[in-house]
Amino acid sequence: MSGRFVRLGETGRAAVSFHVDARPVSALEGDTLMVAMLTSGDRLRQSEFGDGARSGFCLMAACQDCWVWTEEGTKLRACSTPAAEGLRIVTTEPGATWLNHP
Amino acid sequence: MAQPSIVVVGAGPAGVRAAQTLVAAGIRPVVIDEGRRAGGQIYRRQPEGFTRSHEALYGTEAKRARDIHETFDALIPQIDYRPETLVWHISGGHVWTVGADGAHRSVPYDVLILCTGATDRVMPVKGWNHAGTYSLGAAQIALKAQACAIGSKVVFLGSGPLLYLVAQQYVKAGANVAAVLNTAPASARIAALPRLAAQPGALWNGVMLTMALKRAGVAMHHGVTPIEIEGDAQNGVSAVAVRLANGREMRFDCDAVGMGHHLRPETQLADLARCEFAFDPAVRQWLPVRDADGRASVQGVYLGGDGARILGARSAEASGTLAALTALGDFGLPIVAGERQKLRRAIAGYDRFAKGLAQAFPWPVAQAAALPGDAIVCRCESISAGDLRAVVNETGAREANRAKALSRVGMGRCQGRYCGLAAAEVIAAEAGVPIETVGRLRGAAPVKPVAFCTANEPEAPAA
Amino acid sequence: MTAPHQSDVLIIGGGIMGCASAFFLRQRGLSVTLLETDLVGRQASGTNFGNVRRQGRPLYQLPLANRSIAIWRNARELLGSDVEYLQRGHMRVCYRDKPEIAAKMESYALDAGQADLDLEMLSGNTLRSRFPFLGPEVLAASLSAQCGHANPRLTGPAFARAAERLGAVIHENCKAVSAEKDGGDFHVRTADGREFRAPTLLVTAGAWARTFVEGFGETVPLTSRGPNMCVTEPLPYAIGPSIGVATPDTVESVYFRQVERGNLVIGGSMQNQTFPDDYRVYIDPANSLGQWRQMQRLFPAIGRVNIIRTWSGIESYLPDDQPVMGPSGAVSGLFYAFGFCGAGFQLGPGVGETMAELIATGATAIDLSHYRIGRFAQN
Repeated sequence: MSGRFVRLGETGRAAVSFHVDARPVSALEGDTLMVAMLTSGDRLRQSEFGDGARSGFCLMAACQDCWVWTEEGTKLRACSTPAAEGLRIVTTEPGATWLNHP
Repeated sequence: MAQPSIVVVGAGPAGVRAAQTLVAAGIRPVVIDEGRRAGGQIYRRQPEGFTRSHEALYGTEAKRARDIHETFDALIPQIDYRPETLVWHISGGHVWTVGADGAHRSVPYDVLILCTGATDRVMPVKGWNHAGTYSLGAAQIALKAQACAIGSKVVFLGSGPLLYLVAQQYVKAGANVAAVLNTAPASARIAALPRLAAQPGALWNGVMLTMALKRAGVAMHHGVTPIEIEGDAQNGVSAVAVRLANGREMRFDCDAVGMGHHLRPETQLADLARCEFAFDPAVRQWLPVRDADGRASVQGVYLGGDGARILGARSAEASGTLAALTALGDFGLPIVAGERQKLRRAIAGYDRFAKGLAQAFPWPVAQAAALPGDAIVCRCESISAGDLRAVVNETGAREANRAKALSRVGMGRCQGRYCGLAAAEVIAAEAGVPIETVGRLRGAAPVKPVAFCTANEPEAPAA
Repeated sequence: MTAPHQSDVLIIGGGIMGCASAFFLRQRGLSVTLLETDLVGRQASGTNFGNVRRQGRPLYQLPLANRSIAIWRNARELLGSDVEYLQRGHMRVCYRDKPEIAAKMESYALDAGQADLDLEMLSGNTLRSRFPFLGPEVLAASLSAQCGHANPRLTGPAFARAAERLGAVIHENCKAVSAEKDGGDFHVRTADGREFRAPTLLVTAGAWARTFVEGFGETVPLTSRGPNMCVTEPLPYAIGPSIGVATPDTVESVYFRQVERGNLVIGGSMQNQTFPDDYRVYIDPANSLGQWRQMQRLFPAIGRVNIIRTWSGIESYLPDDQPVMGPSGAVSGLFYAFGFCGAGFQLGPGVGETMAELIATGATAIDLSHYRIGRFAQN
């Protein structure tokens, strides 16, 4: 699946697999979670206030636009979190899972 | 003589040179870095396992970048280096940090050297909240740190030295650049030439960049007025619509936009350290007061690099060094007198160049007043220019914090980093008051989001 | 030199007490001038937690709280703007290590029922099934379905604008520096050199009331503290009532509410030191950390949630935890309403209506005896 970001090189890296919206996604070791998601998809999350999909903005942990949800209700800042095996990300609000005891 | 405990915040060019200077004086500073690897943003390093050379990554700045990286790597055994660590508050003579292990530590200091760097300065455009819109700095980080382009067809929009640099870097790396749209009129750059000549090397680089882009056939326009970043809520960006200098409207199809107008200092920690700020009309921003030697208004606090004022990476090396020397001298430790004089002169030269940049690439104040009512100003809270203007008119709010309290602009996760300057311009224009009377958004800890669980005691005692 | 400004009533202090009083005085046709040092609603009124609760107040305070809640429920129409009042309940819980508090809550519930405040006691499986996110240490809860919360940042200014639309004159950035009575009128001078006069003076100056009180020969042991506040990023909306821990132990006394936009607002635990002369308060980060630890006892899943901002303000306190409200004991025509001990937000509209009634008619149905300034008089 084509994504928003385009790889221009450095593709000789080990694969990292995880899930986005329950779909398997393949990324490369050293990708940030943001790059891992945006090389296979076009969004990170939905704006809480109805203006649509967001895909980050600053890439330097300043704008706080790239916080993504995990299936179990935690948040990760995608541009400053490495892509890692086994992550399960959702790009829409998870309902009330954030209330559950950890 | 007792050694001061010194904390340096930031490991970009200013922080690295400050640390180097301190180590040379026999001090073992704590160096706190939000990043995984030192270098800051301009000399941001690619992750381990990436293969590109410094020349490929940093172009004309490769030598300086390599020097900064190698210098810092050599310093690590002689400093208390804390990477992936956020300073979220400054209080009671301590910096309050959250580390990579998610645990809080407060670190006491006699001397605090803030080298907190900068972010892009952004003027909102209708549609800039669409997915696929990034800052110019972000476009550069995607390439530098991740070997990616932000899209398959990119438009660069804005002004400032980054605009042509990032565009040319993208072209060189094989990305598809649809257009480079400069909001500054060509005449502004010519008028600024005398000041830009203060850094002849940098001026020449700028000329080379535009020539390279022309050769690559990239569409380039000056004096552009943005109309809209077109797109839809789910698919994101589809085009950029602008009015050219000759009045004609034009659209450029794209799936990504890199936008920005040079940089703004990250001053939140200086604010929490209770440093005094002053309005600088040349850049239309409130900046922490810093004397010629790098002292902030609070005893024991020093400011280096772009975190105090945007003068560029080379100046940051000088001002980081100077701040450290001044701190040492103030503490009664011996320093070489002539060194500070040399640094002050160098910084003055960078200051002249920075003023030239501000003249060549002016912050487009008029665009704030011209923002359509449905243009989003605050991305975090999705507050439009119309919402903000309505609050100004209905409540009489004409001060930044009051307008924030009543409109929510600046109340989101980024604490106004990306909307604050533009919001102040919108408020000033709508209320008909001078920009400096709007004031600045008051800093609040934590300067970036922290989770409740970070307050828990660490599992093992801190090393 | 301009002539002094004259009105029926002069109000010093533009928090919710002063602004609500101005509004209700104008409804009664009295001319009102209000003087505010900074911007209206900026201090305690704008920085507090935002509880609009009757539960937990001493029973003798409930008539005033009931009067106030009726206004809250009608606030949007009355003020012409939304102050985000949500009547989704207020719940206080106690921990297992203090079971005596459950008994206290039950006893209070019985008494409160007489004063028109219906409380529901919850424990065990009922509590867990309705509020599954509460931590395992929570033993029991008392839920007041008819309480709620609102937005403090918006409320003071909304009352001020509504008062202005009715003809009140409000001067912001106008600090009253002296007040005295000369003949039939109070004379108040401000820092910018102006003079204001009125036969009636109402001091609603919060933490700054003391100089005026003492200037009229009375005593009030007023202190101030900064609330310990923070807010999270927006989260999917799921929690209706405002929820807090009932305990005598300040450290563990935390509370939170969720606004419709999704953010959680959190308050409580240790309070912060204030510098009222400089209009400053600083948050001790240790207080924030303590609050964040305590919140995880009340609501474990919050551990993963991000805090995006902390703040404080300057709230005024009196040693018996009750405000000063009512006529001066020394000077006729002088009235007070200040020192609400961090519990004034809910009362604000009711205080305004009551003070207006008292000033305009000479009497009020609300029993103010517990709030007399004379209780502090030295004999």
